[in-house]
Amino acid sequence: MFFPFQQRRHPAYRQGFMEMLAVAPGIAAWGLMTGVAMATSGIHRSEALAMALLVFAGSSQLAAIPLLAAGAPLWVILATAFCVNLRFVVFSAHLRNYLMHLPRRQRMVLGFFAADLTYFLFTKRYPVPGTTEAERAEQMAYLAGNATINWLSWTGCSVLGVVLANYIPAAWGLGFAGVLALTGILCSLATNRMRVLSAATGAVVAISAYALPLKLNILVAIAVSVVLCMVLESYWAPTPQEA
Amino acid sequence: METLLVYLNAWGWDDWNPWTFLTILLMACVTVVTRSFFFISDAPWTLPSWAQRGMQYAPIAALSAVVLPEIVMTQGIFIHSLADARIYGAIAGAAFFSWQRGSGQAVLGTIVAGMLVYVPLHVGLGW
Repeated sequence: MFFPFQQRRHPAYRQGFMEMLAVAPGIAAWGLMTGVAMATSGIHRSEALAMALLVFAGSSQLAAIPLLAAGAPLWVILATAFCVNLRFVVFSAHLRNYLMHLPRRQRMVLGFFAADLTYFLFTKRYPVPGTTEAERAEQMAYLAGNATINWLSWTGCSVLGVVLANYIPAAWGLGFAGVLALTGILCSLATNRMRVLSAATGAVVAISAYALPLKLNILVAIAVSVVLCMVLESYWAPTPQEA
Repeated sequence: METLLVYLNAWGWDDWNPWTFLTILLMACVTVVTRSFFFISDAPWTLPSWAQRGMQYAPIAALSAVVLPEIVMTQGIFIHSLADARIYGAIAGAAFFSWQRGSGQAVLGTIVAGMLVYVPLHVGLGW
């Protein structure tokens, strides 16, 4: 509904949609538990509902709720949301060359929908930005299709979680399905030695730096992994068959 | 009908706070700005090629940094007990993936296989 019509008619739209659909049960269960967590954490249900519908960034929502409940100043809440979202700033640098051919409004619409999973699947499917018009159209259609189902399953289930919060105990552990969806995608990205090294570094750094506030451990983990991999690349580069 | 009204009343429509809704709206703007950060401006520049090359390592590092703490940490502390359903759920999921690698539904299977191990351990044994 937010994307130009040509994108929806392109066959790659369906492909992006189907690839994300396979992950959707995990996203759905995770969205549901985020909805439950929001509804039971000290803000009004109506506010939780508005957040589930509009914000589309789970970790920043969960970080902002205690601040909202405590009546923290507006700028503190927004700065917190910004910092928790800093990994997306890194992703946007990566996506820039893929999107710059579009007008700004469309770039920002796609930007809003380019959440973690969409970014991971998109850059896996298309390791390099398109150079011809046809390639670009295909990439944008894939991105739009992928983002559509991601948004629908996440937002739909978050709303459901807010509404049904009293009937879904967190003790069932449904939220773990989201972790498993990410685990599956993590495995699918680990296609060569350098990527495995990047994953291992990211995990070790994120766990050791966990005490950092505002999820900055993730940002530090990305930085350390990328720099380490670039330094080691020349010694340890994947053979062409592996890449 | 009355139960529904009682239910809806508990949602806080009565002391509706416009500031909170403004905050939530601005949080949605933060989502747009952070996710579009480097492609909002039309100014022509391209990422230097070394940085573009380095970017290929960013997705998997970010993903791993998000996921692994969710599996091996509890409230900010590294787990010190192996009686934790998440470890076995994640191992089962990853094992299923490497078995089915390349098939269209490997990720979906990862979720299902992982939950089949996780839920009994978590709910049944309280791990």
